[in-house]
Amino acid sequence: MFEALTERLNRAFRDLSGYGKITPENIEPALREIKLALLEADVHFKVVKEFLSLVRERSNGKEVLDSITPAQQFVKIVHDELTKVLGGESAVAEAASNTAGIYFLCGLQGSGKTTAAAKLAHLFGNAALAALDLQRPAAVEQLKVLAERIGAKFIPPQFPNDARRSAAHIRDIFPSLECKHLIVDTAGRLQIDDELMNELKDVHEIINPSETVMVLDAMTGQEAVKVAEAFRARIGLNSIFLSKTDGDSKGGAALSIRFITGIPIKWIGTGETPQAVEQFHPDRFAGRILGMGDVVSLVEKAAKATDLKQAEKAAKSLMKGKFNFELFLDQMREMKKIGPLSELISMLPGGSTLPIDAIPSEKEVSRFEAIILSMTKEERRNPELINVSRRDRIAKGSGSKPDDVHRLLKQFRQAKEMMSVFSGGKKISKKIGRMFGM
Amino acid sequence: MIRIVDKLKKGLERSRRELGEFFDAALGRGILDENAATELEEALIQADTGPQTAEELVEDMRVWMKNAGGGVIAETLREALGLRISRILRSAEVPANSNQIPKITLIVGVNGTGKTTTAAKLAARFSADGEKIILGAADTFRAAAVEQLKIWGERLNIPVIAQAEGADPAAVAFDTVQAAINRDCDRAIIDTAGRLHNKTNLMAELEKVVRVIKKLREEVEILLVLDAAVGQNGLVQVKCFAESLPLSGLVVTKLDGTAKAGIIVRAVAELKKPVLYVGVGEGIDDLIPFDAEAFAKNLIS
Repeated sequence: MFEALTERLNRAFRDLSGYGKITPENIEPALREIKLALLEADVHFKVVKEFLSLVRERSNGKEVLDSITPAQQFVKIVHDELTKVLGGESAVAEAASNTAGIYFLCGLQGSGKTTAAAKLAHLFGNAALAALDLQRPAAVEQLKVLAERIGAKFIPPQFPNDARRSAAHIRDIFPSLECKHLIVDTAGRLQIDDELMNELKDVHEIINPSETVMVLDAMTGQEAVKVAEAFRARIGLNSIFLSKTDGDSKGGAALSIRFITGIPIKWIGTGETPQAVEQFHPDRFAGRILGMGDVVSLVEKAAKATDLKQAEKAAKSLMKGKFNFELFLDQMREMKKIGPLSELISMLPGGSTLPIDAIPSEKEVSRFEAIILSMTKEERRNPELINVSRRDRIAKGSGSKPDDVHRLLKQFRQAKEMMSVFSGGKKISKKIGRMFGM
Repeated sequence: MIRIVDKLKKGLERSRRELGEFFDAALGRGILDENAATELEEALIQADTGPQTAEELVEDMRVWMKNAGGGVIAETLREALGLRISRILRSAEVPANSNQIPKITLIVGVNGTGKTTTAAKLAARFSADGEKIILGAADTFRAAAVEQLKIWGERLNIPVIAQAEGADPAAVAFDTVQAAINRDCDRAIIDTAGRLHNKTNLMAELEKVVRVIKKLREEVEILLVLDAAVGQNGLVQVKCFAESLPLSGLVVTKLDGTAKAGIIVRAVAELKKPVLYVGVGEGIDDLIPFDAEAFAKNLIS
């Protein structure tokens, strides 16, 4: 549907003969590809314009290193600039500064405020959750249930028809709960709804939070900046919580807000449970916007779960272009520990463009395991050996159908192809190397 | 019809001025030179049409200008653009009305688009038309989602079929259709949990819901709910849901905000799924049938 930027750039630079300089002439098609990629990532069109001039400036006449193609060099420049725009190093520190205090959440309807409130409470620990969403039916109940799930204290609205009086009650009762943090959930509202925006201003004043957080859906389009500016004008914003980043949207709206308003993105929601929350990392996010895959997050996840020795073995064989069923089995077992395969693959560079049927489901993985275990050692090491009679024997041995074996072989070939793609570029194979601790 | 246009207009009015000025600047001179074309393209991009659709529309207008010869004024250019967009929006076939009793409507979409509210608004709408409705709370995942639909049911005086949180949504859907049959209902409207379209297991769960419903009744109207504020990901949402399920059409919610939902133009053009309803306000009667002309007109005015 949408091409990843690296593919776009490769195409833009394809006609470039040999390795050379990025020149004012050959840079234009590449800049156009970047423009398209950023716009398709929902980056605000004004930000795109300014950003392109930044990149043009930095790339003009830049020597391209011998070892990499102009496309990759260019991607690096774009990636660096994006990281800078997203706040660079300082953004990490900003995100880590969860000082004790009162957090006030606001945003559009359906942006994920109630879920984000629970996530922050879980992340901070020792927090109380207060419900001020008196609009949406059962919103209070939702927060209450989430509070119970994470063991946080819960403050219900005392006056179900009066957000202002309920806010005053929350403010007054909070000190007696002896919690370090207070997180206040509010009703979703359109930034142009004067009545509800006035109410928001009032309850904000009453609560007098130390930090005002806007929750932004990562799938939001060009309007995001306008929304953030309107909320900021009314109540002031200190930070952004970017929700639903476990989807496949690029989240360019967050970049636009950071670029135009300077409001830092501090946290990202990475799943539906209260535990699924992470601090924001600008470099990873830059990669996401460019469709380069979230390699670093994958490394962290893998590092937690992977048996390093085995991974090293796998990585070494991969680098040599060897890939057989023994490795495939190891990998599938490791992957099972790390998490759903589809989630992992989407983090790999180019992974978002893979057809879904290339990714075996959890159930299939178990069946595949049985099939592989019914192969001889010889067959596992040299899958080419498997002919029809061997296939039927393996099927019988593993209690599956010849079709299943056939499908496994197909998946295996796809995986092999994938691996060669991922370890293709020098830079990427280095990353994979690092990922496996080499 | 007038009411629909007015509602849409009212919803979009607040955002009209800024974007409107933009369009005015681009179209105002009645010529489409390089500057005007760029401005027009940017105005369309700002309305979330995406760069590709924006480029195509500008190119269409160039061709149109050429054919129209000289002497074009801004208003005719604007009209031509509106016409072009509404033609695209009408290019997807609207499924024929089903004679099946009870009719089954299944509401699907990513998280936070307004599925539960849409289910309630649809129920209110058909109920006002004299239909006997039953609601099914098959969002058994999100905390208190069942409760939310039940409150709507009480307000509207419409029965809600529900099981405990964490129950199998397919079982709730089956119960709902069964109840609709037993109680001689005209229609069952089933709410489902929000799910991101890239989560294979959750999409498979939805496929199962449809399979199970089909054990009782063959025809299921499946509506995908999209938030008007969605950017380019809206296209991917339509594509992925359409790949998993036989979508009948789209519902675009929250059009009373400043967002224009321009990605819908490309989604309809590429994936041939019609928009059936739009949500234009908080009121229970603010879910109205889609009107391509009104949508297009407001997109560019």
